Amino acid sequence: MIDVQKIREDFPILKRKMQGHDLIYFDNAATTFKPQCVIDAVVRYYTELGANAHRGDYELSFQVDSEYEGCRKAVARFIGADEKEIVFTSGASASLNQIAYGYSRFLKQGDVILSCEAEHASSILPWMRVAEEKGCIIKYIELDEEGRLSIESLKDLLDEKVKVVALAHVTNVLGYEAPMKEICALAHQIGAVVVMDMAQSAPHMKVDVKDIDCDFAAFSAHKMCGPTGLGVMYGKYELLSKMDPYMLGGGSNARFDMCGNLLLKEAPYKYETGTPPIEAVIGFHAALNYLSQIGMDEIQAYEKELHDYAIEKLSKLENILLYNPHADASIITFNVKDVFAQDAATFFNSQGVAVRAGHHCAKLLTKKLETSATLRASCTFYNTKEEVDRFVEVCSQATIENCLGVFF
Amino acid sequence: MNDLMQDPMILRQIIMDHYEYPRNHELTHDEAYMSRHMASDSCIDDIYVEAKIKDHVIEDIRFDGVACTIATASTSIMSELLKGKTIDEANKIIENYHAMIDGKEYDEDLLEEAVCMHTVGKQANRIKCATIGWKAIEEMIKESE
Repeated sequence: MIDVQKIREDFPILKRKMQGHDLIYFDNAATTFKPQCVIDAVVRYYTELGANAHRGDYELSFQVDSEYEGCRKAVARFIGADEKEIVFTSGASASLNQIAYGYSRFLKQGDVILSCEAEHASSILPWMRVAEEKGCIIKYIELDEEGRLSIESLKDLLDEKVKVVALAHVTNVLGYEAPMKEICALAHQIGAVVVMDMAQSAPHMKVDVKDIDCDFAAFSAHKMCGPTGLGVMYGKYELLSKMDPYMLGGGSNARFDMCGNLLLKEAPYKYETGTPPIEAVIGFHAALNYLSQIGMDEIQAYEKELHDYAIEKLSKLENILLYNPHADASIITFNVKDVFAQDAATFFNSQGVAVRAGHHCAKLLTKKLETSATLRASCTFYNTKEEVDRFVEVCSQATIENCLGVFF
Repeated sequence: MNDLMQDPMILRQIIMDHYEYPRNHELTHDEAYMSRHMASDSCIDDIYVEAKIKDHVIEDIRFDGVACTIATASTSIMSELLKGKTIDEANKIIENYHAMIDGKEYDEDLLEEAVCMHTVGKQANRIKCATIGWKAIEEMIKESE
């Protein structure tokens, strides 16, 4: 069981105010706050270690190397992978771009890339470019009434032309978990690889990439209490070995000469060109330890409890439209009736509540949500039922008059 | 500022009126008009503004799109305020509008109903909404010269 009050003590930023109110931070799907142990680890790199990674001829540098590689081992343990299958990138977006670039050399004209209508831009845009350059076709798996991906619609599109299936493990707008294990099994039967965007799943649940058997995965450190500017690309080693990095330069080559000969290092190192954000890697290790100590299963159970509690209360409010009451993740997509999302978000801000207003890609919004913009409240394990109560209270006060009142 | 225009109730009513019944809220798609698509990256406003500028006079301004109260009202008010003005007159009004939004001195008589936006900076992230339509007309005025 989670002791949320004790956990909140670990996050110094939770003590700050916003617009004169106690801060209620419900934008955790965008990024999460950092516990003191992560902040300390980042600072410790600058106060005690300081040297570059992978240069190791002296003690400082050797220590940096072992801490850097220590994090790689921790990431591998965290998702059930082998450490040589873990590549550090600048974030999930960079990982997904690298996967698309790297795998595109195995694609040819007429090949099909499968995605779905609810994908995040970082999951689908890199493939759109690949499709344009290679003459591939992108097909979108249809979602059901609720906006959930159905295996039946996936099966309808799966044939031997499909070479890539790129999907979010948990979608960022509607918070539904896709049955990735089943999807991977189906995709592998016809020889396609599966790219799993874990940006919204890795922070909230235990994920075992070997059990799921995806071929690639991507996630960001900053969405799971780690520093910004760092992400992970997972790939099965055989695939990482035969793909090319999209960046070349120092750190990733073993030898090169002026005749044009280039020998890259082995994966994962060939993908890590240039000096990485070393302090972020060290901070991320602290974050993974922190999450593991609390327990991912405990985190998931607590967030579900919090989510159910919020949905129960919100569904009683007549002025609130809920778009995904049955979400698997702690993501609540909603609107205040007759109030444009941006106006409502400003009212929430004025009351110390951080939620996000956003618009959605044309397909998703017109076919499923029937609105151009929504608000998103996303909770995590340091949020409380008392915060939900206050949030619900603010929701009930979010009239158009009050939303305009914040300007005067 | 006269008392009436300081009353939040009145100012709020002006905004609501322009939000619920936006003026000049239909695009012409006429080739005699210039056009700007304004989709700001930090806000979710997504509007199109058209202007017909001839012989240094703004003959017409139109707009449409999906936008919040502040963006809709500020653009609607702008379209009424600048329609029929010469470029010089319009530039003076625009300059005063920005001064007001930035919390500097400005001539309220020139701005008429647009003074309802004078406290928008209280919510700093919404300044973009209050200026999105104004930026469009500024760009089109520049293009016309």
